[in-house]
Amino acid sequence: MAQIPKEEYILETTSACPGCSSSLSLRYILKAAGPDTVLVIPASCSSVIQGMYPNTAVNVPVYNIAFAAAASCASGMSAALKRAGRETKVIVYAGDGGTVDIGLQALSGALERETDFLYICYDNEAYGNTGMQRSGSTPLGALTTTTPLGKIHPKKEIDRIVEAHHPPYQATAISAFPLDLFHKVEKALTFRGPSFIHLLAPCPTGWRFPHGKTIEVGRMAVKTAAWVLWERVHGTLTVSGPSLGPLKRPVPLQDYLGMQGRFKGMDPALLSRLQQNIETHRDAILAEAGRA
Amino acid sequence: MKEIVTANYAVAEAVKQAVPGVIAAYPITPQTEIVERIAQYVARGELACDYIPVESEHSAMAACIGASAVGIRTFTATSSQGLLYMHEMLHWAAGARLPIVMANVNRAVGPPWNVWADHTDSLSQRDTGWLQVYVATAQEAYDTTLMAFRIAEDEEVLLPVMVNLDGFLLSHTMQDLETLEPGTFIPALHLPHAIDTAHPAAYAPLTGPNYYYRFRWEMERSMRAARRVITRVEEDFAGRFGRRYGVTEEYRCEDADILVVAMGTLAKEAEVAVDRLRAEGTPAGVMRLRWFRPFPTLDLAGREVVVIDRDYSFGFGGVLARSIRSTTRAEPFSVIAGLGGQEVTHEDIASFVRERKPGDEFWFGVKGDV
Amino acid sequence: MYEIRIHSRGGQGGVTAARLIALAAFLDGKHATATPFYGAERRGAPIVAFARIDESPIRTYSQVRSPDLVVVLDRTLVPVIDVLRGLKPGGAVLVNSGHAVALDHMKVHRVDLTGIALDENLVIAGEPVLDTPVLGAIARLGVISLESATKAIAEMFQDPRNVSAAERAYREVLL
Repeated sequence: MAQIPKEEYILETTSACPGCSSSLSLRYILKAAGPDTVLVIPASCSSVIQGMYPNTAVNVPVYNIAFAAAASCASGMSAALKRAGRETKVIVYAGDGGTVDIGLQALSGALERETDFLYICYDNEAYGNTGMQRSGSTPLGALTTTTPLGKIHPKKEIDRIVEAHHPPYQATAISAFPLDLFHKVEKALTFRGPSFIHLLAPCPTGWRFPHGKTIEVGRMAVKTAAWVLWERVHGTLTVSGPSLGPLKRPVPLQDYLGMQGRFKGMDPALLSRLQQNIETHRDAILAEAGRA
Repeated sequence: MKEIVTANYAVAEAVKQAVPGVIAAYPITPQTEIVERIAQYVARGELACDYIPVESEHSAMAACIGASAVGIRTFTATSSQGLLYMHEMLHWAAGARLPIVMANVNRAVGPPWNVWADHTDSLSQRDTGWLQVYVATAQEAYDTTLMAFRIAEDEEVLLPVMVNLDGFLLSHTMQDLETLEPGTFIPALHLPHAIDTAHPAAYAPLTGPNYYYRFRWEMERSMRAARRVITRVEEDFAGRFGRRYGVTEEYRCEDADILVVAMGTLAKEAEVAVDRLRAEGTPAGVMRLRWFRPFPTLDLAGREVVVIDRDYSFGFGGVLARSIRSTTRAEPFSVIAGLGGQEVTHEDIASFVRERKPGDEFWFGVKGDV
Repeated sequence: MYEIRIHSRGGQGGVTAARLIALAAFLDGKHATATPFYGAERRGAPIVAFARIDESPIRTYSQVRSPDLVVVLDRTLVPVIDVLRGLKPGGAVLVNSGHAVALDHMKVHRVDLTGIALDENLVIAGEPVLDTPVLGAIARLGVISLESATKAIAEMFQDPRNVSAAERAYREVLL
C-alpha cells in the first residue's frame, strides 16, 4: 500500500464541530493533492471551519467565493493557471447545497466545457452552515429545520447528473474510509479534464448522533449499501472494496437509520420509498458491475 | 397576546397572520429562523400555504413572481448575498407590478464573508422600484410586516415592499411583542392584472422605445402615491391597534439643535446617547428614518445634522448622508459606522455628536485622513 | 438596568439560558432582551450571550460591557477567556462547578449544574443540560423570581426534569 504523506495541510485548530467528517476528509484530500493546490470554497461549513481572519487553518491557498459560483470560478482559475504555465491543481471543495442546488448551473457548465479541475462535493445532506435546513441532497424522510415532518422528496441523484456530462473520472467516497478517499483523489488528479468525487460526510450536528460515532455511522452507511463506494473511469464502473460485500448481502437499513435522530419517527410510507430507492440503486450497480 | 420573542419570530408570526398562499424561500444566515418557523407552521397545519424550498434566491424571487402573477399573496425572506443574488428578479418584481412582501435581514456584503449587521445589502437595491422600510424593534417588525402587505397590495401602489431588520442585533434579540388579531386590516388581494385565461394577455413582452418609458413613469407615479398610502395605512393601524408609526420616528427633536439621523437599531442606541448629551447640556435629538423608499423630504429646519450610515456607496459616500444632502439644504456630518456589525455603542454615538464637523465624512475606527 | 453576560461553549445552551432569563424577567413584569454574540461558533467554541433586564423599555443593542452578573457555564473557559472583563464593582459571578473556582474576585457563587443535570438524567445527545438548571441558581441571586423561572422553563421545554433541576440548583447554589 502506498505511503500516506505525513505532511499536514489542515492545521491543528479548525472551527469544526467535534466529530466533523469534513475536516477529517480534507486532511486526506490535501495529503493526496499536495501543496501545489488551490482550494475553491463556496459558502459552506468549510467557509467557517477554515477559521476567521486573521488566522487560517489551511496550509494551501483557499479561494472563498459566493455560493453559486464555485465551479465557474474554478473554471476561470484553471484556464488562467494554464495560460500562466502553472501546474497548480484546482480543487473545488463544496457542500451539497453549493453543488446540487444553487451551484448546479455552474457545475454543469464547467463539466460541459471539460474544465480541468477536481470537484469534490462533501455531502452532509443538508445546509449545514446555516443550521441544517433541507437541501436537494437530503434523503427521503429526514428531519431538518425546514422539513419538520421529514423530507417528502427523494435525494437528488447528482452522480447521474454528473455522469451525463461524461467526465473522465467520477467516484463516491465517505469520511469513514479515508484511505479509499485518499487513493481516489490521487487517481482523480491524474486525469485531464473534470473529475468529480461525491463524498458522504456524516454530520453529528445535523444527523443527530453523538460526535464520537462519526466513523461508525459512516461504516454503517456502507454496510447497509445506503451509500455505495465506486468509481467510473471514462464511464466504466468499478465497485470499491468496502462495498463489494454489502452490495450482495447488505446489513438491514434500519441499522443505519436507527443510529440517527434525523430519521426518528419516520413516516412508514417515506421509509418504504427510501428503502425502495436504495434497493433500486443497489440493483443497478450490481447489474452494471456484473456486465463488466 | 404578549410574549418575548426574536424579531425573526415576530416577522414569521405576522406572515402567518397575513396568510400568504405561496412562500418560496432559501436559507441564509441570519434569516433562517423566519423560514424555519414558516416551515413549521405549514407542517403543523397552522398556515394554509404552499412553502416551496427553492434551490437559490434568484429562484425564490422568480417563484414569488410566478405566484404573485396569478393574484396570490406571496412572501419571502433573505439577507445580504441572497438579496444580491436575486437582484435581477427584484427589478422584475417591481416592474411586473407585483405586491410581494419580503423581509430582508440586513447583513454585510462579502467578500470577505461577514454575517453581521450592515445596510449595504438593501441600500444597494434602492433603484429597483421596491418600497423600503427599516424597523428597530421586534414589535415594529411585526406591525410593519402586516402593514407592508396592505401597502403593497393597495391599488394605487402595486409595488413590492422590503421590510429591513438588522441582522443579529434585531433578528436574534428577544424583545417584547404584542400580537394582535388583524381582522379586516388586510383585505383580500385583488390584482387587476392577474393571469386570467378568460382574458388572455401577454405579460412583459418586448416593448419598443416609444412605449417603454411610459411603464417606468407609471412605476414612479405609484411610488409617489405610496407616500400617501403609507400615511393612510399607518393611520388606520394606529386607530385600530393603538400603535403609531410614521415616515420617521422622532426622539427629543422638538427643541433640538443637533439631530442624529440613522436607520435601524443604531437609531435606538442613539436615543441613549441623546439622553446622555442632554444631561451634559447638548440639545440633541434622534430622527430615525423608517421609510427609505419612497425617500421623504425631511424637515431638518436649519439644525445641525449628524448622519450615521451603516453602509457605503464606493466613490460616492454614505447613502443616507448623500440622500439627505441632495434633498435638503443640510451639510451633514457623515459618520460611517457599524459596517459588518462593527460595535457602535451609545457612548460612541455621543462622541460623534461632540466631535462633529459639518460637511465632513468620518469612518469610525479608521485613523487618519478620510 | 441589570446586565448579564453568559460564557459557555457552543452547544451547551448559553444562548438558550439568556433567552430563558429574558422570558422569566418578562414574566416578572419587566422589560428584557436577550442577545447572542455570534462569532464563528461551532459546537465547543467559546461563545457569549447577553441578557438585559429593566423597568423601562431597553433601547441599547450593543454588547454588555459592564455586566452586573457574569455566568460561566463551562469552567474550562476560566483560564482561556477573561470572563470577569468589565464586571461592575460589586458585581456577581456564578460558575458551574462542583469545586471551588480560582477566580480573582470577592463574590464567586457556584453550583454544580453538570452534577445536577447528570443526577436528574437531564442529558441530550450525551451532553448534560445546563441552560434550565442555571435559571434556578440565577433566581436564587434575586435577579428573577423562582416562580417566573420555572414558568419560563415550562413554556420552552416539555420535560419536567428541567424544572426540578432548576429547583435543585436554586437550593444548592453556594453563595
